Amino acid sequence: MEIRRQGDCLEISELDPFLAELLRQVPESTNTEGVEGAQQRLFSSPAPASEREMCAEWKLYVDPELRRLFQTATKTVAVDLQQLNGSAKPFANCTLRIPTKNADAWLNALNQARLVIAAKYNFSEADLCDHYRSPIGSRRDLGLFQVNFYGFLQEFILHELERPGGG
Amino acid sequence: MHSPLKLSVENPAIEQETRTAEELDLPWQVVVHNDPVNLMTYVTMVFQKVFGLTREKAERHMLEVHQQGRSVLWSGMRERAELYVQQLHGYLLLATLERTN
Repeated sequence: MEIRRQGDCLEISELDPFLAELLRQVPESTNTEGVEGAQQRLFSSPAPASEREMCAEWKLYVDPELRRLFQTATKTVAVDLQQLNGSAKPFANCTLRIPTKNADAWLNALNQARLVIAAKYNFSEADLCDHYRSPIGSRRDLGLFQVNFYGFLQEFILHELERPGGG
Repeated sequence: MHSPLKLSVENPAIEQETRTAEELDLPWQVVVHNDPVNLMTYVTMVFQKVFGLTREKAERHMLEVHQQGRSVLWSGMRERAELYVQQLHGYLLLATLERTN
């Protein structure tokens, strides 16, 4: 896999089918349905529990706005990912171009996905820092790989945005 | 003292209103809490964007969050503090509003 800036796009080329599939799973991975911990993390409390009125108002007025914001980011990413569906050869490496104007949406959706997966498998700080873990042997291991891969992409996007003229 | 004033002081309803008004004037603080998932570079970028901090100052707060578990990013009136917390939640950071003691 190669990653570089190409004009107004961030280009990820030589994507093998496995990594392409992980990228296709970004929108789906942001779904908090059935993952109580993820719901609580994405829509966290704005104040200590003693501030009951504020917390109740927040749920009523702010959480729906946040939900819309997160959905918009995920939809943008889903549209960009449609590029990965058109390959004539299903097992060939492919290329994804992310317009730099969509970089914030990508950062947001990747973060949603990482938080949801981490909540789903209850990853600890030690799990997340264990970069020498043995190859993938379970769905949980794959989840950890996904969190790290998405984190790597976030780092790349942030690095490119910081460069002069980066966005 | 004149009796009307005395009456108003002793009236529990008025006392309650006065306390509420004082509470509203108290400064609130925006606190960001540590979470193991968000990347350090991402948190730094969010602090720069939301609070307009320099890279160095944003990094100092990020490290404080990472090492101490929390950092106070801003303090002031409640309405603005709420807006900051809403923005931070939009970036998926763990942030809360707390009353300043």
